[in-house]
Amino acid sequence: MAAPATLFDKIWSAHAILVRPDGATLLHIDRHFVHDGSGNAFRMLQEKGLAVRRPDRTFATPDHYVSTLSHDFASINEPHRRGVVEELEANAKAQGLTLFSLTDRRQGIVHVIGPEQALSQPGMIIVCGDSHTATHGALGALAFGVGASEVGHVLATQTLWQRKPKNMRIVVDGALAPGVHAKDVILAIIARIGAAGGVGHVIEYAGSTIRAMGIEGRLTICNMSIEAGARAGMVAPDDLTFAYLHGRPYAPKDADWDAALAYWGALPSDADAQFDREVHLDAAEIAPMVTWGTSPEATAPITERVPDPACVPDATRRDSMQRALDYMDLRPGTPLAEIAIDRVFIGSCTNSRIEDLRAAARVLDGRRAAVPAIVVPGSGLVKAQAEAEGLDAIFERAGFEWREAGCSMCVGMNGDLVAPGERCASTSNRNFVGRQGKGARTHLMSPAMAAAAAIAGRLTDVRQFTMRP
Amino acid sequence: MEPFLRIDATAAPIGIANIDTDQIIPARFLWRKRRDGFGHLLFHDLRFRDGGAPRPEFVLNQDGYREARVVVAERNFGCGSSREHAVWALYDFGIRAVVAPSFGDIFFNNSFQNGLLPVVLPAERVAALRALLEQSPGTHVAIDLEAQTATGPNGAIDRFEIDPFRKECLLAGTDDISFTLGHRGRIAEFENAYEGKVRWL
Repeated sequence: MAAPATLFDKIWSAHAILVRPDGATLLHIDRHFVHDGSGNAFRMLQEKGLAVRRPDRTFATPDHYVSTLSHDFASINEPHRRGVVEELEANAKAQGLTLFSLTDRRQGIVHVIGPEQALSQPGMIIVCGDSHTATHGALGALAFGVGASEVGHVLATQTLWQRKPKNMRIVVDGALAPGVHAKDVILAIIARIGAAGGVGHVIEYAGSTIRAMGIEGRLTICNMSIEAGARAGMVAPDDLTFAYLHGRPYAPKDADWDAALAYWGALPSDADAQFDREVHLDAAEIAPMVTWGTSPEATAPITERVPDPACVPDATRRDSMQRALDYMDLRPGTPLAEIAIDRVFIGSCTNSRIEDLRAAARVLDGRRAAVPAIVVPGSGLVKAQAEAEGLDAIFERAGFEWREAGCSMCVGMNGDLVAPGERCASTSNRNFVGRQGKGARTHLMSPAMAAAAAIAGRLTDVRQFTMRP
Repeated sequence: MEPFLRIDATAAPIGIANIDTDQIIPARFLWRKRRDGFGHLLFHDLRFRDGGAPRPEFVLNQDGYREARVVVAERNFGCGSSREHAVWALYDFGIRAVVAPSFGDIFFNNSFQNGLLPVVLPAERVAALRALLEQSPGTHVAIDLEAQTATGPNGAIDRFEIDPFRKECLLAGTDDISFTLGHRGRIAEFENAYEGKVRWL
């Protein structure tokens, strides 16, 4: 009988082409997503005179540089931005890749459309030149981000050399309180283990809270694994996973579906599998969270106050906290719920799916935003679904701008920027210095909390709002 | 890729935890091509004021550290985005090795693809190195990849661990793609067997 194995162990060994005596492993890659930041990798390939080995396994969509005002090419009015989008589309066509073009309804943030199209499936190894590739792990895949050289390597060989990371399991048990969402869970996890807490590990999220959570919540959790330093995050596939995938465009059909189900059903970690590290959280103790600093680990429940560096004994940590508070223009002891904001961003690969938009719309329904706010759906199909449900009207009545799909203000590469000194309540994944624009101050939170902040004009506890069922 | 054998050069201390790749190179410069060079953009917003004047408080703008070829950093250096531009910016500036207690995983991998050596040492040893460099600007740190040692300004030697495959590639300056293409036959064999089993892909 085979030794007990984790979900991660099983996927890893099923993809090992070669294992060197020193442990370096050549892995087969099932899916490779490329986007408009992949230009340098295609150039590496061209310089070596190589073609894409498996165009049938490589899927392209522009997301980082696209305008969210319109999806006409002409609307990208800076030549360098339009250039990288056009370059991606030209590369995709020249190499015979499947392209979800800027003008295609299926275009969107690469980590939204992979699951949406069922291109991302249990048991796969999925890579992309973007650190939030861990998102796809929510479907029971091993998915991780790589740099340009490794993108080039996958394009040329459909393989990657990797050293096997360690296994970590994070178990969250119990029911989430009303107003507490997947984003709060992952922020609480990062606050617990730290921004480097998962370095060198692949995290499997488990426990009754994760099991009860829909696939979209799991996508949010896995998405931010990188913010905990982990190589990847994953959730064992279950009936919710299979129901989510069934009938989607790239899901297996008929006899293939049955064969896939049998294969996927054997993937979850064996009961006696060993993890190198385990962490437990009690869902009942998780409150709506907001970040106050410039690392995602600088997170606290909305009911707390800005922490005081003077209370931190370690000098390096004290300095970095003070540096963060200076950048964020916050004083120790200020209640988080008294921090006034200048704008709100709802979107990004973390929180731009239909359930995210529904959660925000429930809070906003019949209310008005006190500050400028935009909502950027994760894909053209999410946008269409939201419009079919009338969510666009709720957002617009609340004073939000209803935009086209893209990465947008999460990273600002398309020009959707937070101005210097402005404070933004954001559903994205990084509150780094300058992330949303030079001098921009970011507070990360869930879509429901961002909607509540928009109404109040300050960070606020969404649990104070009554909502229509 | 240029091989990495050893270096004995000025080192700059950057004692801030979680230096993310957005700080190493802001997103607004990422559309540029690799051949354009990124050295002048390294740590851009930490290094320069709005008008482009150097910030005197940033270590690489200070006497004794401008010519640094080694950075001695803090935990989780290079965390965040997968942008390889972060490694290119360090490399193009002249940095050949970064010493830290831990690194962002993707940055760590990207470094090896470009001849930049990330060296992991215990946090207290890294802090001690930084303290020496702060006391004596312009002093050297020597790193010998073959011997897997880092030698501080006071002569104290620390041995570091490194993945043998990565070490071999760096010492030889081997390009991963060429190496892997040598295994084409094995890759095709694997694909055939795998696709026979997972036929719905």
